[in-house]
Amino acid sequence: MSDPYATTTESSAGTVYTVTGQDWDTVVAGVSQGDEEHVVVNMGPQHPSTHGVLRLILELDGETVTDLRCGVGYLHTGIEKNMEFRTWTQGVTFCTRMDYVAPLFNEAVYVMGVEKLLEIEDDIPEKALVMRVLLMELNRIASHLVAIATGGMEIGALTVMTIGFREREMVLDLFETITGLRMNHAFIRPGGVAQDLPDGTLDQVRDFVKIMRKRLPEYAALCNANPIFKGRLVGTGYLDRAGCLALGASGPILRATGYPWDLRRDQPYWGYEDYDFDVVTWDSSDAYGRFRIRLQEMWESLRIIEQCADRLDGLEGAPVVVADKKIAWPAQLSVGEDGQGNSAEHIKHIMGESMEALIHHFKLVTEGFRVPPGQAYSAIESPRGELACHVVSDGGTRPFRAHFRDPSFVNLQCMSVMAEGGMVADVVVVVASIDPVLGGVDR
Amino acid sequence: MTDNQSEDAARGRDDLPATPESTQLEVVEVRDGMFGAEDSGDTSGYGRLRRTIALPGPSSRPYGGWFDDVADSLEAGLGDLATSVPDGHPIEKVVVDRGEITFYVRRKHLRAVAQLLRDDPALRFEFCSGVSGVHYPGETGRELHAVYHLLSMTHNRRIRLEVAAPDADPHIPSVVPVYPTADWHERETYDFFGIIFDGHPALTRIQMPDDWPGHPQRKDYPLGGISVEYKGATIPPPDERRSYR
Repeated sequence: MSDPYATTTESSAGTVYTVTGQDWDTVVAGVSQGDEEHVVVNMGPQHPSTHGVLRLILELDGETVTDLRCGVGYLHTGIEKNMEFRTWTQGVTFCTRMDYVAPLFNEAVYVMGVEKLLEIEDDIPEKALVMRVLLMELNRIASHLVAIATGGMEIGALTVMTIGFREREMVLDLFETITGLRMNHAFIRPGGVAQDLPDGTLDQVRDFVKIMRKRLPEYAALCNANPIFKGRLVGTGYLDRAGCLALGASGPILRATGYPWDLRRDQPYWGYEDYDFDVVTWDSSDAYGRFRIRLQEMWESLRIIEQCADRLDGLEGAPVVVADKKIAWPAQLSVGEDGQGNSAEHIKHIMGESMEALIHHFKLVTEGFRVPPGQAYSAIESPRGELACHVVSDGGTRPFRAHFRDPSFVNLQCMSVMAEGGMVADVVVVVASIDPVLGGVDR
Repeated sequence: MTDNQSEDAARGRDDLPATPESTQLEVVEVRDGMFGAEDSGDTSGYGRLRRTIALPGPSSRPYGGWFDDVADSLEAGLGDLATSVPDGHPIEKVVVDRGEITFYVRRKHLRAVAQLLRDDPALRFEFCSGVSGVHYPGETGRELHAVYHLLSMTHNRRIRLEVAAPDADPHIPSVVPVYPTADWHERETYDFFGIIFDGHPALTRIQMPDDWPGHPQRKDYPLGGISVEYKGATIPPPDERRSYR
């Protein structure tokens, strides 16, 4: 009996084979019958090598890709629309879920836009800024590790994947210590951050840096000069600088062309101008260059993390939210018996001591604060390139419009240029070198 | 007038932070009440509140810093286009607000302006960061806005172009010939707002399914959702809840 899920139908463009898993025999038999080598292959959206729910439509001539188009939208969840129906603070909870590999960057860019609209950028306490930088750089390491790990897995280097996820786990543990969650933190809030650092965090951060300095050379030893690895990556997914600018590619793709464009250095925000780090470039414009940049950027992030830890030593007990009580979240959280909850002192204060404090808390939490009308554009350097947020306010308590320029979305446009004319096996390498996160692409 | 106020007036209020900003505000909408409830009688006492929604209006020269350089170069580059066209200057107005500059471009001139911004050595906005749509239902005749974020890596500057189109004729020229990166951005803006970008190579939906009815990010498109019952009480979906606005 034939497989009902692997059928063959005739269409005006030729025979259509539905392939699910191991049943390639019909395709091979069908293709070898005619003398035409021209096939259209639909790769994904459920495919282990497309980095997520990405659909690639390939036109093949033999093993050469002649045309490639991307189909996206499978993870569209209407985050931007949903944000228009929640307060400015609640918006963080939504946008953190876009690019789920780098959630803290999503929060950061949105919060930066809101703070621009409120014109309170200069009032954010230093400790909050240093904590944001610390979290973002930790997140950059986690994200680059995932990029390298999944990229390795997709070309068959499974050890790279297992060690990549092993190290990422340590970053997630740190996130759990600091924010309470491994992902979807909603920790960076308009006006500061949600919570002060728990005791002993900085020691944990320093231990992590120490371990990473030992482990990062393992990746270099495994991959950098590995002939198979280089054979797959060198010269694959070529895109030069003019192509990057025309197609809007940023991040490691642009820096792999030798152009040192990094918003942390070129348009510094949140004190990045005071940190000592180098912008990593490579001049091969290919997948190998992007891999080397990601590897080296982790070293630079470690440098920044150490500097953050040193600064935080001197900021013990300093405020982590803006002093303006009309914006700052009224409650501080504390770790209760069940691991979460508002601080007992705050509850005692609003429930037993001050009616005004209760009213203030209620108004700010249910109604939220108002943001003066206008629009703002904020951009930061996420692990994948320029992540930006265009926020529009109508003077209300909710965003009138929040639009995110996700680097994965833009960089994915380069797929056709990078993969057309190459081999079908290289498509996988190209996707991995762009490192798109489909949650960010589709939002 | 108190002493303080007259002193301020005498000094031209220059003790206040210098704001080359908006001399006037652009009213885009007028709203009533406070809680967003329209389904029942007003029991809140706020029903007679009227609030105008006004966005920052046009700024006048000097805009401050390099904003003037960009405006000058743009003016010079537009040359004949600016003087010969009967239906107004290609640049409708310039808004400087919160340290950012926005050029409101008349839609028929968008591509010429974009080309100039990209190619003029003094401007050189070689990188289009993105296009986002905004729907202002209260702005009659200019409901749909497409907002272009341009970056000049050469000069390390960012500007914004804003183009408005009426809902009845939602056409805006595509900038894909100038900025190929706008391809997916324009598809997304079409998908979510229904703005038709003339000259786009393949203007199809990108996020929503091809046969989806309507354009979800428009303000007249409901968020959707179902009410949830919890312990006997029914909680309506977010867009039907009472909310402050």
